[in-house]
Amino acid sequence: MSKTLFQKVWDRHAVRVLPNGQTQLYVGLHLVHEVTSPQAFAELEERGWKVRAPERTFATVDHIVPTRAQARPFADLMAESMTSVLERKCREHGIPLFDLASGQQGIVHVIGPELGLTQPGMTICCGDSHTSTHGAFGALAFGIGTSQVRDVLASQCLAMSPLKVRRIEVNGALGRGVYAKDVILTIIGRLGVKGGTGYAYEYAGTTLDRMSMDERMTICNMSIEGGARAGYVNPDETTFSYLRGRQYAPAGDAFDRARAWWQGMASDRGAAYDDVVTLDAAAIAPTVTWGINPGQSVAVDATLPAPGDVAPLDRPGVTEALDFMGFAAGQPMAGTKIDVAFIGSCTNARLSDLREAARVVAGHTVARHVRALVVPGSQTVAKAAEREGLDAIFREAGFEWRGAGCSMCLAMNPDRLEGREVCASSSNRNFKGRQGSPTGRTLLMSPAMVAAAAVAGEVVDVRNWTAELAGVGDGR
Amino acid sequence: MSTSSAIERAAGRALPLRGQDIDTDRIIPARFLKSITFDGLEKHVFEDDREQTTARGDVHPFDAPAYQGARLLFVQSNFGCGSSREHAPQALKRWGITAVVGESFAEIFFGNSMMIGLPCVGATADDMTKLIAMAESQPATEFVVDLASMSVTGGGLSIPITMPGAIRSALRTGEWDATGLLLANYAEVERVARELPYVTNFA
Repeated sequence: MSKTLFQKVWDRHAVRVLPNGQTQLYVGLHLVHEVTSPQAFAELEERGWKVRAPERTFATVDHIVPTRAQARPFADLMAESMTSVLERKCREHGIPLFDLASGQQGIVHVIGPELGLTQPGMTICCGDSHTSTHGAFGALAFGIGTSQVRDVLASQCLAMSPLKVRRIEVNGALGRGVYAKDVILTIIGRLGVKGGTGYAYEYAGTTLDRMSMDERMTICNMSIEGGARAGYVNPDETTFSYLRGRQYAPAGDAFDRARAWWQGMASDRGAAYDDVVTLDAAAIAPTVTWGINPGQSVAVDATLPAPGDVAPLDRPGVTEALDFMGFAAGQPMAGTKIDVAFIGSCTNARLSDLREAARVVAGHTVARHVRALVVPGSQTVAKAAEREGLDAIFREAGFEWRGAGCSMCLAMNPDRLEGREVCASSSNRNFKGRQGSPTGRTLLMSPAMVAAAAVAGEVVDVRNWTAELAGVGDGR
Repeated sequence: MSTSSAIERAAGRALPLRGQDIDTDRIIPARFLKSITFDGLEKHVFEDDREQTTARGDVHPFDAPAYQGARLLFVQSNFGCGSSREHAPQALKRWGITAVVGESFAEIFFGNSMMIGLPCVGATADDMTKLIAMAESQPATEFVVDLASMSVTGGGLSIPITMPGAIRSALRTGEWDATGLLLANYAEVERVARELPYVTNFA
């Protein structure tokens, strides 16, 4: 019988059905960071349990690390304390830790793939909702809470109920200046922020086939923003060539065996889906959020909706969002003034994101009223970008070039909005207060769009930056 | 085997909280995640929303005297979307909430709540409108959420509620804290792991 990747991975990892009806799933890779794990380690120890599979557990620090003054001890004593707890627990339990001194530290969802830890056909867990990112490799990757982190540490297993699978097919070539970020914002805008509840999203179609791993990660990363617990892309040659030669990927003959197994985990032709949705890539425009959830977005050349434009149940949400943002129904998205430009996060802080943004800013200067920063997704990304001179391009334009971390995506470190500032952000959430100021305002968009907004001082359509974009996106 | 206890019902006054898609950043802003324990989170539940409501001259339900001591929380759809922070249900539970009734819940929030013994049960949009209106107009109403009869009753209302069977059974048997179950029969886990070629890096 034909099966989806979801079914195959689920079946290979199912241990048994628990008395309560949930399935016990074996976890192939557990990623740990400093914010959601201290309480899990404490409970583990209170109950007298050990970490069951330290060799399948990897840790890094990302959420609270300062991206500027990184000397220890950190100025923020709580950040220092959370980091020291993680360091101590990793030492005690024999868990490899990619800390600041390792040269391989970074956002957990950036370094997992980079190190070759993330592989097709695996089950992956992390105490972070953006764990869905790893689905780009054809893994089933779930964000979990702290009690589940404790369970996975103790048992290398997770109790879960199966998900339905919705295939989302995007076909055709994306226009110049249109990116993976625009594709996923468009998908969420169309299906809604709760449209994915109960589903795993399988992203497919010729547009996805042509995408790089970085682009696929951007798409899978925001599955959770659409309410889907997981999202994945079937593994293919792009996946295999990304993995070849990575530190933790199989090598030599083992790689060939792996590749055959990985290939076999992809959804079968003719597999049945619970739902299928198709999108035309050519119809997707650079997309910007105007509201307080990632489903509230419009094409950059469109105008903001009025409460009357949406279903009656959604009207209070539109009213609340317009009110919080200080925007008027019917106002054009382009031309919205920004105060801050943030290029970073597990959504869009990989090397290709920084390249696209650098191409846009090269030779330009950040608008005088704009505070702009680039926070690479990992130390590895930062070093690669510096080798290419991207840091110099950003610095010359007036961006700050920072150390790796989650930074202003959720503002658990000193990088945050002040007051009512408006931020053009390549991150994933525009929730009220998300970027550290309770009244701060976030406009989500692609890194190239953030770069253009930083220069213009307002939201602009990057498709008009024809000289900068020459050669970008061709052939996709 | 399990340290958790059976949860059959939750009862008390209800705090009505209107709004679709209320995310976990609003339930507990990220700056309060800077801690190595969950202690004291209850003080900061909905902190920014509460301050903004006060600044507008209104009273947030979490600040309204009538709802102090409420044990149930009535919400609308997709409650708890966004971040996987367990700090969100922890903050609600530590504030005193013992069950949440809503039109729908984001999955990670729902699972995290179950993991700490905080039942989240569903009701239709129409029924939520009735329950919220009752809790708003008659804050002293005592409600009962009953996982045996799958209903919420109070103020003359009797509303059917829903919950996936596995979760309901886990709460009613006290097996919602599943670590013990996951560690039982570990040989089975080892067998599954042995059959996964990546566990030996395809050696």
